[in-house]
Amino acid sequence: MLSRIAESLFWIGRYIERADGTARILDVHLQLLLEDPWVDEDTACRSLMGVMGSFPPEGTEKVTRSDVLTSLAVDRTNPSSITTYSRMPRRINNEKVHEFFQWVRERSALAVGITDSSTSRDEAWQFLALGRAIERTDMTARLLATRSLTEASGPSWTTILRSCGAYEAYLRTYRGMPSASNAAEFLLLDRLFPRSVIHSIARAEKCMSAIDPVADRVGHSNTVLRALGRIRNDLEYRPIEEILSELPEHMEQVQKVTREASEAIRARFFPTHAEPSWIGETS
Amino acid sequence: MGDLFEGYGSTLAPRKTVSGVPAFDEMFEASVGAEGLAPSRAAYRELYQALAQLTQEELRGRTESLASSYLAQGVTFDFAGEERPFPLDAVPRVIAYDEWTTIEKGVQQRVRALEAFLDDAYGYQHCVRDGVLPAALIASSQYFYRQASGIHAANGVRIQVAGIDLIRDEHGEMRVLEDNVRVPSGVSYVISNRRVMAQTLPELFHSMRVQPVGDYPNKLLQALRASAPSGIDDPNVVVLTPGVYNSAYFEHTLLARLMGIELVEGRDLQCIGGKVFMRTTRGLKRVDVIYRRVDDDFLDPLQFRADSMLGAPGLMLAARLGNVTIANAVGNGVADDKLLYTYVPDLIRYYLAEEPILKNVDTWRLEEPAALEEVLDRLDELVVKPVDGSGGKGLVVGPDASPAELNKLRKKLIADPRGWIAQPVIMLSTIPTLVEDGMRPRHADLRPFAVNNGDEVWVLPGGLTRVALPEGQLVVNSSQGGGSKDTWIVGGDAPQRGLRGPDGLAGLVADQASVTQAIPIIYDPQDEQTHSPQDRPRSMAEQQEQQQQEQQQQASASLPNHVPKNAASEGLDQHHLGHGLPEVGHGRGGEGGC
Repeated sequence: MLSRIAESLFWIGRYIERADGTARILDVHLQLLLEDPWVDEDTACRSLMGVMGSFPPEGTEKVTRSDVLTSLAVDRTNPSSITTYSRMPRRINNEKVHEFFQWVRERSALAVGITDSSTSRDEAWQFLALGRAIERTDMTARLLATRSLTEASGPSWTTILRSCGAYEAYLRTYRGMPSASNAAEFLLLDRLFPRSVIHSIARAEKCMSAIDPVADRVGHSNTVLRALGRIRNDLEYRPIEEILSELPEHMEQVQKVTREASEAIRARFFPTHAEPSWIGETS
Repeated sequence: MGDLFEGYGSTLAPRKTVSGVPAFDEMFEASVGAEGLAPSRAAYRELYQALAQLTQEELRGRTESLASSYLAQGVTFDFAGEERPFPLDAVPRVIAYDEWTTIEKGVQQRVRALEAFLDDAYGYQHCVRDGVLPAALIASSQYFYRQASGIHAANGVRIQVAGIDLIRDEHGEMRVLEDNVRVPSGVSYVISNRRVMAQTLPELFHSMRVQPVGDYPNKLLQALRASAPSGIDDPNVVVLTPGVYNSAYFEHTLLARLMGIELVEGRDLQCIGGKVFMRTTRGLKRVDVIYRRVDDDFLDPLQFRADSMLGAPGLMLAARLGNVTIANAVGNGVADDKLLYTYVPDLIRYYLAEEPILKNVDTWRLEEPAALEEVLDRLDELVVKPVDGSGGKGLVVGPDASPAELNKLRKKLIADPRGWIAQPVIMLSTIPTLVEDGMRPRHADLRPFAVNNGDEVWVLPGGLTRVALPEGQLVVNSSQGGGSKDTWIVGGDAPQRGLRGPDGLAGLVADQASVTQAIPIIYDPQDEQTHSPQDRPRSMAEQQEQQQQEQQQQASASLPNHVPKNAASEGLDQHHLGHGLPEVGHGRGGEGGC
């Protein structure tokens, strides 16, 4: 298929997932702020914005819930806000926040569901799924990095599990008490949970192999597969204690790999030549 | 009886020609007096009877959904930088099959003549040698491109798609207003109008036997494939669009989708070694036929506008080498030239040795001094058009213009007589159209589409009827407040179709506007669907048994605390509440669900 179309699909996949993920994370965190009077709003909001890679403007003394909402949900100029990915209202009331996030999640579920049930599993679908898998990896890795970065007043593991929609699945798997290492292990390494880092990477690898089914005799020539496979093996075979003790570094690494993979996909499948501009004869 | 046509003839001063002839009304014979309605014409009889049953509100109610569905589908046009739905009027134009056969023949003849002319103009120019055309006419045409000289498609076709604009004059005769053989657009409206009309007035389709239009994409693809360079078994055909901001982008996507081919932009194409490729995820793929919707000027920066980003450098070289077919061919604009238009009847006689079936509108060539003098004299009663404008661009209607405008125009005509033509004010025929006040006559034209595959010229049965919505407006153009109407060719033989089966609305829509044929579907009976064994119907006794058990537990739990028996139901509520609590906890924070 056309490179231009494939690239669009890849990014549509990423944006759907990003909108969905952002909505989930904001929903859970804002709910928490509301319920838990002991949480310091400023610190929590700063860390929440930090995890999405957006920072409050210089000189802001106190960051509040509405700042977070404005910048991450409805600000059209902020490249990481939900509205950038879809057409949405410019302002939302604090009371309507939950409905709004619910709506975002329903729309993305609708988009994913329609493509899932009605498109053939050709390249078009694979590129869309590849984008989604890569974005999921990135999202979960960001969340995992938060926890240890802001040990003092950051969100608890329960909150993080909820942000990924993983709380019940986690309870069923580990039967009870959320413990830091169990929760991290679950979100990182569980092979069955669809939002875990490992599952998402494996999914991305599957899509990549479907798009480019080359069986090399020696090593892997596909740079995307190489990057993804390396980080997957690294996470899978390293003792969990080691990962947990250096969680931020490892999550940093995962995010770096998703960027690399995204870049490699672009270079390989969506080559953009410098636009030729013809200025005619120069004399 | 509804009130739909109430006040149809109430226009106070209906527009008339200079000699006082009113416009031809398509639906009603003779002019409509204040005392009542004249009888409807034969072709419209059934439609009129059906519509007359409706009230204005009913018809408005039915059509309201049209606009919103058009916005959602993206059937819009660009009006002053704003996306608007293309207004579709609920009353279709009806043309009887017998009359259509004549129009069809006339369009075919015209396309064949223009095809022959273009081949000649970019070849040996026999028409100039034989004195049919002045040599200066071709050379001075703004759209004559020397770069295209000597390029021939493999099957000799230059006009794969043509749109010939027709109008009906005040005597009811169809005349050609202009030819569009560059990149005629609007066919997507024909297809989507039909789809919507079949949903709005399904009962009429059942009784009136309207010729379907869904065949167009098939015919177009066949014509494009037929024009592929020789020696290619399975040509790769693509649609080249300028991009999403183009006002006809909807049409480009619709055609590409209905033909099942790629929709490319200029940046997807690359010319290497005189061949054209498109960039795909699997590397470069050869392109054999380009159905381009980009204007000549922007097609190849090496040959035309150097600053164009919409085309691909090297395209013309590839076409000249015969490695790619560009459809419609580059340079067709010379046939659209309005001055050439005046010679088309002569060209038909010269190339085809036939008499023209469809007449032109009488036209003054301003290059002839006598004609120029007459036109300058009568400027306030004529229509003056620039030769290179299409769709009413730059046109001046004499009776509607102010003296200052006419003076300005007079200077322009004297300065550049080659650039203008003049025509008498033609009263375009009127069709009942639903506007603010109700059903009123509005002027309309017709653009039939013709597809040439080299062996035959196929004319889409129907075409785009454009209607000017302001009262008395004679310029029919979507950018000047125009709407469209569905065009129904009724009667005649139903092509490749037997009796209409008892298919419902969906079948009707599919039949009218989609590529596939609707056929009545009859299945053989199959086995019953299976169900989970857990979902077997439970007997009353079983349900009661489960309920009893619960009640007994309740009863036994409450007994030791000496709770009176009538409090058992209260205990039951608490029991449920106790279970419910953790669920509330889970649900909060918006997880679960999806």
